[in-house]
Amino acid sequence: MTTIDKTAEVPSARSGDDHVGPLLEVRDLHVEFHTRDGVAKAVNGVNYSVNAGETLAVLGESGSGKSVTAQAIMGILDMPPGKIPQGEIFFRGQDMLKMSYEERRQIRGQKIAMIFQDALSSLNPVLTVGYQLGEMFRVHQGLSKKDAKAKAIDLMDQVKIPAAAARVSDYPHQFSGGMRQRIMIAMALALEPDLIIADEPTTALDVTVQAQVMDLLAELQREYNMGLILITHDLGVVADVADKIAVMYAGRIVETAPVHEIYKRPAHPYTKGLLESIPRLDQKGQELFAIKGLPPNLLRVPTGCAFNPRCTMAQDICRTDIPALSPVTEQDGTELVGRGSACHFWKETIHG
Amino acid sequence: MADIDKEPVDATPNVTEVETVDAATEAEAVAAIEAPVAQGEPILQVRNLVKHFPLTQGILFKKQVGAVKAVDGISFDLYQGETLGIVGESGCGKSTVAKLLMTLERATAGEVFYKGQDITKLSGRALKAVRRNIQMVFQDPYTSLNPRMTVGDIIGETFEIHPEVAPKGDRRRKVQDLLDVVGLNPEYINRYPHQFSGGQRQRIGIARGLALNPEIIICDEPVSALDVSVQAQVINLMEKLQDEFNLSYIFIAHDLSIVRHISDRVGVMYLGKMAEIGTDTQIYDHPTHPYTQALLSAVPVPDPDARERRERIILSGDVPSPANPPSGCRFRTRCWKAEDKCATEMPLLAIPERFKSSDTPAAHESACHFAEEKDVVGAA
Repeated sequence: MTTIDKTAEVPSARSGDDHVGPLLEVRDLHVEFHTRDGVAKAVNGVNYSVNAGETLAVLGESGSGKSVTAQAIMGILDMPPGKIPQGEIFFRGQDMLKMSYEERRQIRGQKIAMIFQDALSSLNPVLTVGYQLGEMFRVHQGLSKKDAKAKAIDLMDQVKIPAAAARVSDYPHQFSGGMRQRIMIAMALALEPDLIIADEPTTALDVTVQAQVMDLLAELQREYNMGLILITHDLGVVADVADKIAVMYAGRIVETAPVHEIYKRPAHPYTKGLLESIPRLDQKGQELFAIKGLPPNLLRVPTGCAFNPRCTMAQDICRTDIPALSPVTEQDGTELVGRGSACHFWKETIHG
Repeated sequence: MADIDKEPVDATPNVTEVETVDAATEAEAVAAIEAPVAQGEPILQVRNLVKHFPLTQGILFKKQVGAVKAVDGISFDLYQGETLGIVGESGCGKSTVAKLLMTLERATAGEVFYKGQDITKLSGRALKAVRRNIQMVFQDPYTSLNPRMTVGDIIGETFEIHPEVAPKGDRRRKVQDLLDVVGLNPEYINRYPHQFSGGQRQRIGIARGLALNPEIIICDEPVSALDVSVQAQVINLMEKLQDEFNLSYIFIAHDLSIVRHISDRVGVMYLGKMAEIGTDTQIYDHPTHPYTQALLSAVPVPDPDARERRERIILSGDVPSPANPPSGCRFRTRCWKAEDKCATEMPLLAIPERFKSSDTPAAHESACHFAEEKDVVGAA
């Protein structure tokens, strides 16, 4: 399997250490859950990397392993039943899976922060937002309650919450959905991390608010030159902000590409199917293209390529051999930078 | 709070007259409800529909201190065989409209005419006949199916209430037919909901909606809880069923691209009022209301190139509380065109004066004082 680290040059990391290479690199990560019904293989050999200032979008349906990968990176996976039998996660060149609990705790929040999907259930309803934002400073930097509160107001200003000083003592339920998501973003930003993982940050929001929140996130990312891993199932959101995309299916990355390329010329039948199933203007009144069947049960992932029972191009080889993520080239063999497809028939998919 | 008891002003004066049916007896009312409607004729006519949820204070002596104006005077027609899409952000009242049309909630004011009879005033057998003809498919297939009932019981329960549709001995076969129609294996009749995936569950919900041969199906966000790759399957199924059973749909959703795909006409709601209504081309290609324009421009388009070409309007702020909506035009607090007039005068849902004489697609009903065309989607 190849890794995806061939993207445009980005400015080097801002904090002064001499590590060169990607900010975060996931290598051959496997995660499985031991349940009464058997072993659910949620992640089966994922590779990806993120540089400072770069946005990687991880696209996939529910059960594709995109959130589990993120939880493994953050170290917030429930273990047991979760287990990481294989794989490495390098943050600035150090394997986080080999670190002690205390070392990981130092990274979590300060170096890598996470924004969760549902802000209402991620915030504590009985504590004020100011207290919850200030907790970051009190715990990690040992500030006093008063200083932490002042910092919390600063943060709320940064994420453009109006009248921050007046609202710092409000409780989460007093905020609207978009405002709550801003507080989640503020919390992730608090200690100026190098990398933010945003797990479906706008899925629960209305479209007009969604646009506001995504804009804010992109602006803050530029300002702080952070790496961003954006996990989503929405092809539209991805098109907006991502630099490169990794499409996941049944715990594997099936396609990687720079954002502009993937929409024009998908190289995996699954990506192609997803794009074709979006209603388009010129197809009004016609039947939508639909990927037949259902995403697989992770307890019984099909042999060979996991997508084969739903794939229109499936041949015998797809049912026996697992396709590796191989580089995608032009018809004449010219290399396409950053592109890869885990399909035996990627040539037919992209050029046929 | 002086305006609680005041009748809301009819903001939609330009809708057509309703041909009402005066049924003297219940039997006549039922006969009128069962009468067929020709393709393209109005089947459901909503006139100045209002639903206010009272806000009370006090425990023993409840005192009304205000009202959440969830739906505040909307009117529209649904024609036989068409799909009317209703879009809007959460809290704009679109689900309350669905509940009112189902007579699950009693309207505060206004009328809903089903084939010329006001269903908000019906009762007894006539109301039962209406309910059989208007069915609903719910948003969340995980919570709208009883986990303790088998699929056969869930779909068959409708026949207990309306035994005239299927005689007792025939029910099991009828349920199996329905499962077959929605693309499920008829042998699944004894399974429980947890044994199905989300898409399959939504098919069960659709089968339940179809069971009584209704004329109208109200779909409240039928695909938003489903995976992207499964959404298209369910949309295709719904379109197929519409042709097969000659159904009229009211399709409520927040996903604008899906609404456009399935709808013949689209209504845009904002804070309990209809902001703009027209055919899908009129709304999507020639929007004249600023809210519609902002909504369309905010939709993430899965095409980075088109994305960079088009103009984006990012609204500031959130939707105001429906308990205390802004005076005049409800959208004025977030609108970039707002002037003094907007705060004092409520814009009526009508074809804007300037477009009235011309034959452009912009000539459709829009509730804005300063309605003008703006090409937000770009040269798509």
